Amino acid sequence: MAEYNSAAIEEFKDIWVFCEQRGGKLMNTDFELISEGRKLADERGSKLVGLLLGSGMEETAKELGGYGADKVIFCDDPALAVYNNEAYTKVICDVVMEKKPEVLLIGASNIGRDLGPRCAARLHTGLTADCTHLDIDMDKYVQFLSEASTIDLSTQKFDMEDTNLKMTRPAFGGHLMATIICPRFRPCMSTVRPGVMKKNVFDEAKAAACEIEVIKPGLDEAALKEKVLEVVKEAKELVDLIGADVIVSVGNGIRKDPEKGIALAKELADAFGGGVVGSSRALVDAGILSPDHQVGQTGKTVHPKVYVALGISGAIQHKAGMQDSELIIAVNKSEIAPIFEIADYGIQGDLFKVVPLMIDAVKAAKAAK
Amino acid sequence: MKIYVCVKQVPDTTGKVAVNENGTLNRASMATITNPDDLNAVEAALALKDQVEDAKVIVVSMGPPQASSMLKELLAMGADEAVLISGREFGGSDTFATSQIIAAGISHLGLTDEDLIFCGRQAIDGDTAQVGPQIAEKLNLPQITYAADIQKDGKTVTVKRALEDGYMTIQVPMPCLITCIKELNEPRYMSVQGILGYDQKPITVLDYEALKDEPLIEPDTIGLKGSPTNIFKSFTPPVKGAGRMLAGTEKEMAEELAACLAKKHVI
Ligand SMILES: Cc1cc2nc3c(=O)[nH]c(=O)nc-3n(C[C@H](O)[C@H](O)[C@H](O)COP(=O)(O)OP(=O)(O)OC[C@H]3O[C@@H](n4cnc5c(N)ncnc54)[C@H](O)[C@@H]3O)c2cc1C
Ligand SMILES: Cc1cc2nc3c(=O)[nH]c(=O)nc-3n(C[C@H](O)[C@H](O)[C@H](O)COP(=O)(O)OP(=O)(O)OC[C@H]3O[C@@H](n4cnc5c(N)ncnc54)[C@H](O)[C@@H]3O)c2cc1C
Repeated sequence: MAEYNSAAIEEFKDIWVFCEQRGGKLMNTDFELISEGRKLADERGSKLVGLLLGSGMEETAKELGGYGADKVIFCDDPALAVYNNEAYTKVICDVVMEKKPEVLLIGASNIGRDLGPRCAARLHTGLTADCTHLDIDMDKYVQFLSEASTIDLSTQKFDMEDTNLKMTRPAFGGHLMATIICPRFRPCMSTVRPGVMKKNVFDEAKAAACEIEVIKPGLDEAALKEKVLEVVKEAKELVDLIGADVIVSVGNGIRKDPEKGIALAKELADAFGGGVVGSSRALVDAGILSPDHQVGQTGKTVHPKVYVALGISGAIQHKAGMQDSELIIAVNKSEIAPIFEIADYGIQGDLFKVVPLMIDAVKAAKAAK
Repeated sequence: MKIYVCVKQVPDTTGKVAVNENGTLNRASMATITNPDDLNAVEAALALKDQVEDAKVIVVSMGPPQASSMLKELLAMGADEAVLISGREFGGSDTFATSQIIAAGISHLGLTDEDLIFCGRQAIDGDTAQVGPQIAEKLNLPQITYAADIQKDGKTVTVKRALEDGYMTIQVPMPCLITCIKELNEPRYMSVQGILGYDQKPITVLDYEALKDEPLIEPDTIGLKGSPTNIFKSFTPPVKGAGRMLAGTEKEMAEELAACLAKKHVI
C-alpha cells in the first residue's frame, strides 16, 4: 500500500462522493451529493469524482456523470454487490490512501452512517455528521450565515482565503446549528442528510462522456468475518412515528368524514416523499385510530423534519409531543387555535378544502425542481 | 462473559432546550438523563445476561464526575459494575477522540472472544451516531449498527440490522460491537432489590493516569488537541417557532406554502 499520512494535507486533491447502491441501483441521494459536490469542486477549482462499489455496474456508473461527476472510480467485485461494512471499509480506505482526495462526502443513510465513522477512524481524520449545508468559498459561507443565523456579522472576522470545507449541521434536535471544520487532516469527511441538497438537471451528453476507472480489489469473500445472510425489503409499517421524517397528524377536525380525512393525510404525506399518519388523543379516544398513532404527553414524542397538524387545536398535552419538530405546518378552521402559536406556517381554512390544494401545490413544486 | 455497555449522560432535549446568547447550549439549566438509546443497549445486555450463565454487565461512561449519578441508576437497573472514565485531559473530545479513549478504557478492562460491547445508536445531544463504529474500529472488532434483534449462538452473533427500506441479517464472530435502536426492546425499570443493592456494587474511576500507558492514549489522539474536527461556529437559526399565518385564497396559501417548502429544500 502507498505511503499514507492524513496530516500531509497539501497532497490531497479533488472532491469525492461515495455513491451508495442497493440491489445494483443508484440511490437518489447519490445524485443530490454529486450535484452538491459539483458546486464544491467548482468553488475549489478541482475535479469531482464518484466512488462506487458494487458488481458489474460500469454502465450504471456513467449516470453519475450526468449530474456533474468528471469521473467515477468503480470498485468491481462480487463481494461488494451487497453492503458489508468490513469489505466496504477496506476497499474505500485503500483507494483513499492511494489517491488522496481532499474531500469525501457520504450520504447519511443507515448505511452511510455505518460506513463513514469506521472509514474516518481508520484514515485518522474527522467526520462531520448529517450535514445540511456545505461551503468551501468563504464569501458564500458568510452569505449563508447572514441568512441562516442570528449572528451579528459586523462583529465577526473571517479569513477570506480559507479553503477548508465548512460543514454545517443541526444538533440538539435542531435547536442549535454548528459549522464544523477539519483543518489538520485529509480527507475532510462529511455525511450529508438525504433530501437536502438540490439535484442538478440530468445531462445526457455529460453522462456519456463520463470517465470510468475500474478497480478490481480481488476480495477473498470467505476471509471476511462479517457475513450478510439476507437482505429483506419491506413496505414500511404505517405507524413508525419515532423514526419518521414526515408526520401528518389528524385531530377532531376530520370528524365530519374521518375516512376521507385520514386518506387526505396519507396522500399529503406521500406528496412530501413518504411519511406516516399521526393523531391527537381525541381520535384515539373515539376509536377512529389505534393508540400507536397518538402524539403527545401520553402518546409519543416526535421530532420529525416536518410535522403537519390537520384539524388539531393544539392542546398543551398534544404540543408536548411535537413542538420540537423541525418544521411545523398547521391547518385549522379557527384562527385562534393555539396550534398556530407554534406553527412555522399556518393556514386558516377547512382542511377538506385546503389539503387537496396543498397536495397539488407540493407535487407541482417538486416537479418544477 | 463480559458485556460492556457504553452509556452517555445527556441533557434532556425532549423538553425545552435552553440556548445561551453565544449559541452554546445552556446545560446548567437542563435536566440530565441517560441517553435514551443507551437504555435499550443496557436492556439488551441484561436480557442476554438472563439467558447466559456467568455473564457480567459492565456499564462504561466517559464524562464528568456527575455522570456517576446515572451509573448508580443503571446499577439499580441491574448492571453489575460501572466504570467512569473521567479526566480533564479527555475534555473537548470529538467522536474520534471520544472513541479512542473509550476503546482504551475497554482494552484496559480486558476484552476476550467471550465478550460483547453494546452502544446506543446515537446520543441526543451530539447526535452523530459515530462513537459506536469508531470504538469498533479502534479495537479492530466487527460492528453491527441499528440492531433491531440480537441472537447469540456460541461465539457467533446474528443481528437484524434495520435499513430505511427493510432490514438485513448479519452474522459476526465475537467479540463484536453492536449499536442498539429503540425498536430492539423495552428497557426495564429499576427494581426494588436493585435500588437497595446498588451501593454494594463498585463504580471504578479511570483517569488519565490509569490509562496513559494504553497504546491508544497519546496526547495527540485525545481531548480537544487530539480531535480532528473543530467547531468553527455555532449559532441558532433565526425564525424557529416564530410562526407565520399565510394569507390569500386557499389556493394561494397552498401554493405559497409549497414555494416556501421548496426554498427550504423540505420538498
Ligand atoms: C392527562 C391528559 C393527557 C393527555 N394526553 C394527550 C396526548 O398525549 N395527546 C393528545 O393529542 N391529547 C392529549 N390529551 C387531550 C388534549 O387535552 C386534547 O383534548 C386533545 O389533544 C384534543 O384533540 P384535537 O385537537 O384533535 O381536538 P379538538 O380540541 O376538538 O380540536 C379540533 C380542532 O379542529 C378544528 N377543526 C374542526 N373542523 C375543522 C375543519 N373542517 N378544518 C380544519 N380545522 C377544523 C377546530 O377548530 C379545532 O381547533 C390529554 C389530556 C389530558 C387531560
Ligand atoms: C453541536 C455539536 C456538534 C458536534 N458535531 C460533531 C461532528 O460532526 N463530528 C464529531 O466528530 N464530533 C462532533 N461533536 C462532538 C461530539 O458530540 C462528542 O465527541 C461526543 O462526545 C460524542 O458524540 P455524540 O454525542 O454524537 O455520540 P454518538 O456517536 O451519537 O453516540 C453513540 C453511542 O456511543 C456511546 N457514547 C457516546 N459518547 C459516549 C460517552 N461519552 N461515554 C460512553 N459512551 C458514549 C453511547 O452508547 C451512544 O449511544 C459535536 C459536538 C457538538 C456540541
